[in-house]
Amino acid sequence: MASNNKKKILGMDQDQFNMFMGKYGIGIILIGMVIIIAIMKPMFIKPGNLLNIFTQISINGLIAYGMCLAITTGGIDLTVGAQLALVSCILGQLVGVKGMSLIPACIIAVVVAGLFGFLNGVLISKFDMFPFVVTLSMQLIVRSIAQIISNGQAVSMADPAFKAIYSSKFGPIPRPIVYLAIVVIIMYIVMHWTRFGRYVYAVGGNVNAAIASGVSVFWTKTLCYTISGVLAGLAGIIFTAKTGSAQSNIGVGYETDAVAACVLGGTSFAGGISTAPGVLLGAIIIGCIYNGMNFLQVNSYYQSLAKGVVIIGAVLLDMVMNKKNR
Amino acid sequence: MAENYILECSGISKAFGGTQALKDVQLHIRPGEVHALLGENGAGKSTLMKIIIGLYRQDEGSITWNGKPYQANGPVDAINQGISMIHQELNPEPHLTIAETIFLKRESTVGKFFLNKKEQNKRAEEVLKKFDFPFAPTTLMKELTLAQVQMIEIIKAVSCDAKLIIMDEPTSSLDSEETEHLFRTIRDLKSKGVAIIYISHRMEEIFEICDRVSVFRDGTYVSSRDMDGVTRDELVSMMVGRTVKNIFPKVDCKIGEPVFRVEGLSGKGFHDISFEVRAGEILGLSGLVGSGRSETMRAIFGLDPLTSGKMYLDGKEIKIKKPRDAIKNGICMVNEDRKGYGLCLQRSIRENISLPNLPEKQSGLLLNQKREIKECGDAAKMLTVKCASIEHTGLSLSGGNQQKVVLAKWLMANPKVLILDEPTRGVDVGAKSDIHTLMCQFAAKGMAVIMISSELPEVMGMSDRILIYHEGTLNGEIQRSEILSEAVTQKHILEKEFGGK
Repeated sequence: MASNNKKKILGMDQDQFNMFMGKYGIGIILIGMVIIIAIMKPMFIKPGNLLNIFTQISINGLIAYGMCLAITTGGIDLTVGAQLALVSCILGQLVGVKGMSLIPACIIAVVVAGLFGFLNGVLISKFDMFPFVVTLSMQLIVRSIAQIISNGQAVSMADPAFKAIYSSKFGPIPRPIVYLAIVVIIMYIVMHWTRFGRYVYAVGGNVNAAIASGVSVFWTKTLCYTISGVLAGLAGIIFTAKTGSAQSNIGVGYETDAVAACVLGGTSFAGGISTAPGVLLGAIIIGCIYNGMNFLQVNSYYQSLAKGVVIIGAVLLDMVMNKKNR
Repeated sequence: MAENYILECSGISKAFGGTQALKDVQLHIRPGEVHALLGENGAGKSTLMKIIIGLYRQDEGSITWNGKPYQANGPVDAINQGISMIHQELNPEPHLTIAETIFLKRESTVGKFFLNKKEQNKRAEEVLKKFDFPFAPTTLMKELTLAQVQMIEIIKAVSCDAKLIIMDEPTSSLDSEETEHLFRTIRDLKSKGVAIIYISHRMEEIFEICDRVSVFRDGTYVSSRDMDGVTRDELVSMMVGRTVKNIFPKVDCKIGEPVFRVEGLSGKGFHDISFEVRAGEILGLSGLVGSGRSETMRAIFGLDPLTSGKMYLDGKEIKIKKPRDAIKNGICMVNEDRKGYGLCLQRSIRENISLPNLPEKQSGLLLNQKREIKECGDAAKMLTVKCASIEHTGLSLSGGNQQKVVLAKWLMANPKVLILDEPTRGVDVGAKSDIHTLMCQFAAKGMAVIMISSELPEVMGMSDRILIYHEGTLNGEIQRSEILSEAVTQKHILEKEFGGK
């Protein structure tokens, strides 16, 4: 099978190959996908379009990193989509209605999102509640608060300085790509080069062993959900700048794309396994599915179907690979 | 003489991986007798019982039940054929009623699909009455005490028409009155011709209730005797007899000052435990499973709560509420449950070794990965972990090597007190000897080592001093000199474990 070819090409034994595939297998899927779409529509790989894809995935990418932390500890964070709406509405009220200046308003919005993440974390780790239930309920609460403070009204955020957050560029690079790059680098460092990252993997991998090694499960989990809230807050600012309007009905279903990016990126729902590059690749794949299907002029109704099929396929492949491992 | 046996197991062997759990054992049960099964930890009692109720299948040997060849395909099949087992750990469904529990999987129905609760409750009431059980059939299981749950299990077994009931440590969580009630029930069952296999560590009970006894040792069958005319002394002699060759690489090292001392520790499963351990000393804890050894150590390490007692490290009192506190104070523990508390198997060897030691591996905010890789590699090499690279996951390792990884992680923490709970369980012979050598090296460095082991030869071969547990309290202390001079033998220790003086 493929493993034999790889073994020859890269000079790895089976074990190393499995480790390699575990880390980068998803990249191979991505390259295959890009090649297929590019053959059908060469425009797809023009730099302009690639930048376009990366710009589009910046919001999902940010959310996905928070989601990845939650899933790695063995949980999930379903609040993130509603967080986008809450942040958007806070900005709308503070900037659009009260006329507060941008930077403090953004800081307040992100802090609020972080607080809701913290609350998620406390409920989950202190009271041992199921992450699914807690974050799902919090989704309802947060969405509702967004509707209450905005009274369901959209507020225009047409200030060019604000819209520039999304639309201006650093040289040829659109700003959202820069934000994403910064977050990817920070998250890579946090997940793989810090104590906290190790604790996240330990708590997700075997919570009893983590406790017996002196890891504070409470702080590890709480911090994960707080980070997830903060990232969702940042994504909310970008989203609002993109649309130029503060609305309480945005971000519906965004947690699905984030989960999809994580899963495609090799994040295990059993906990304890994930990589920072994997999540980025997962987000890129999701972006390519959307963008590529638009290119191929596939009816947009088929996009979710394709996403679903790709996710199941990727997870199935992963399962089969892992079974061979054991 | 062709005796009348209801159950005959002969020539049963069973191996798990490379470990021979049972070797050519036999067990013959007469109808209507209470038959005690006696043996040390790991003698093979449970394995044989699990074969009888169909949880395992024997590699060799045959079982005859009621004169016919017998093979159960699992506990339900065993029950259908008339053999029920009352497990030591009872797991009632708290939200089922008594009637539902008794008739689980064989409910009274109307037609094929609909439950007939009325009929079922009526049937349940009849059986309950037979046993003078003072509860309505609609009572929920969660309202019953453990003893009552156990009684329901027995009633259920009888209502399934069991001709043989296996009871595994049935009195371990009963008080004396409840035990008395259980014994009355057992006598009652006996008079109805039900045979009972009675597994217990409590000698007095065996003498009180049992008619015959079979003794197992190290997965082999030793002998069966009538309880009349056998003494406690003889039974203990039958259980020991393992040869203690000097296969342990014990090195006597200089024993220094007392490092760690506990006074009057009490908690779940143990009470009023006091001892001290010195630098360079290996302190062995011996006792039967459930006698409170592991429970004490778990509480000292902060995994379980203490109800009272004090701990002193280097003469200063310390408080430990969670493992983190213990580690900070230099007390580390290798748990008996390696997969549960030892390793994150899907993470790399390096990450596992450094997990409790990350603060020292930090430069600034980040981990110094170069140093980590070097130090973990050195530790793995020193402990002779057999692995291609420390980047491989714990899953790729054998049990022995996993255990060495656990040891490596605690060794790196450089503890003052190292607690080892069954450090060589499930470990192959080679790794076992390596681990023993390492223990001596730790002691030579001035660590105080506390070792729990269910293998008497291991405790006797490795310890400078042995504390013996019996039912949650300490029942004696033995010095290495007494073992070396053979003033104390396995038999003495075992006697103390069973509560003797």
